[in-house]
Amino acid sequence: MITVARLIAAKDLRVERRSKIVTNQVLPFAGITMVSFAFALDKQNVLDTVAPGLVWLATMFSLLVIVQRTFAIETDDGALDAMRVAGVDPRAIFVGKAMALGFQLLVLEAMLFGAAVIFYGESIPSNNAFGSVVLLVTTMLSATCGLAAVGTLYGGLAAGFKGSETLLPLLTLPAVAPVLIGATKAVESAVGTSGAVVSEGWQWVGLLTLFAVAAVVGGALAFGPLIDD
Amino acid sequence: MNASLNPFSSASATANDDPFVGNTSNNTEPDLVIALKDVVAVLGNFPALAGVSITVQRGEIVLLKGPNGAGKTTLLRLCAGLLPVERGAATILGFDLVTQRQLVRPHVGLLGHQNGLYLDLSVRENVEFWGRTVGASAHEIAGAMSRMGVSGRLADVGVRKLSAGQKRRTSLACLVARRAQVWLLDEPHAGLDAAGRDELDATLGQAASSGATILVASHELERAGGLATRSVDVVAGQAITDSNESQGTE
Repeated sequence: MITVARLIAAKDLRVERRSKIVTNQVLPFAGITMVSFAFALDKQNVLDTVAPGLVWLATMFSLLVIVQRTFAIETDDGALDAMRVAGVDPRAIFVGKAMALGFQLLVLEAMLFGAAVIFYGESIPSNNAFGSVVLLVTTMLSATCGLAAVGTLYGGLAAGFKGSETLLPLLTLPAVAPVLIGATKAVESAVGTSGAVVSEGWQWVGLLTLFAVAAVVGGALAFGPLIDD
Repeated sequence: MNASLNPFSSASATANDDPFVGNTSNNTEPDLVIALKDVVAVLGNFPALAGVSITVQRGEIVLLKGPNGAGKTTLLRLCAGLLPVERGAATILGFDLVTQRQLVRPHVGLLGHQNGLYLDLSVRENVEFWGRTVGASAHEIAGAMSRMGVSGRLADVGVRKLSAGQKRRTSLACLVARRAQVWLLDEPHAGLDAAGRDELDATLGQAASSGATILVASHELERAGGLATRSVDVVAGQAITDSNESQGTE
């Protein structure tokens, strides 16, 4: 299963590298979202407070676009159906697509945190820089696992329906609300928003990790029946 | 089938190298590939197949004829293991479709109106992907591309840039690479020009003579009938005639 999952992940990333949809469309979209937030709020003290939440909100919006794209390449010429007919293990399809989606999300998140530094003036506290960076990276990894798993699960489900463009946000955004809350709180602790300290962030990382494990296991089990007739 | 009889095989090829031959160890009657008896299949509440009985031997090309809605596509999807058998008995390559539907799938290939290709990848990348999902070697993948005439200059061309006929051949190369033994083709000539149809017919004839078993659902009776060894009328969800046309492969 792992071999096939890696094949699928490599194929997805190769398609994205070739088509450049993520680099030419999704990353600029995420950047514009960050700039728009900055214009809309336009007060430094407000931006300082809400910057972690805005980063994850922009991640959620971009997640929807990437998930639409990752399943569009499967449905453009009936490749997802072909995988079902070929008897490819649905768990391998799920894990492979989630791996590729997770990699793209990590790149996106790194860019969004960079944008937060530039546009919102965010920074790592100098008194515990190492702890903050470790918390930030751990938060990104655990949140990304959860987002990728939920995005892949609902992307696969919506791919079989007409009107999947509108169905996907309706399904996905409520389901990833725990990630939005947990990741925002953890990043607030990492960057010291409103006096938060690093130690307070780890309980949120615990929640994110729990969510990620549940989403990956549940998604792997449910994906087959969801995409099958 | 002896590999030496296979026009696709290289001189050093053995039967195990031939992707058309595959493993039929589950089959008690090796040449009987498809055996359906009084099969009923339901779509929603509608009995799309209402007692189909048909047998197909290895290497046959069987044409499924019939009007729209007669059940031809449903019959192909059932043989691909995508639909459950509600009643009757059905085996494909010795696998019981009632209890082993999932196990049939890796051994069959269903080519419908879409080709199942990744448009942003090249021909080679597509065939490699499908071949490697079943552990095919680089030699097998290259052989599949060569057999379907998509090696050489075409191999590194993006699928998006191919003609309809070239896409069909690429899709068939993917079936060969993933070792499909039963080919289920739904209107395979649709969208192809005359040259593309000729190419496809030649490809299917060669595949059948190498041991692949092919079911073709088509409205283009003159074209597909010339290719088929036998034809079956499907009307109102039943296979009502089964006629030998004594054409094509032996």
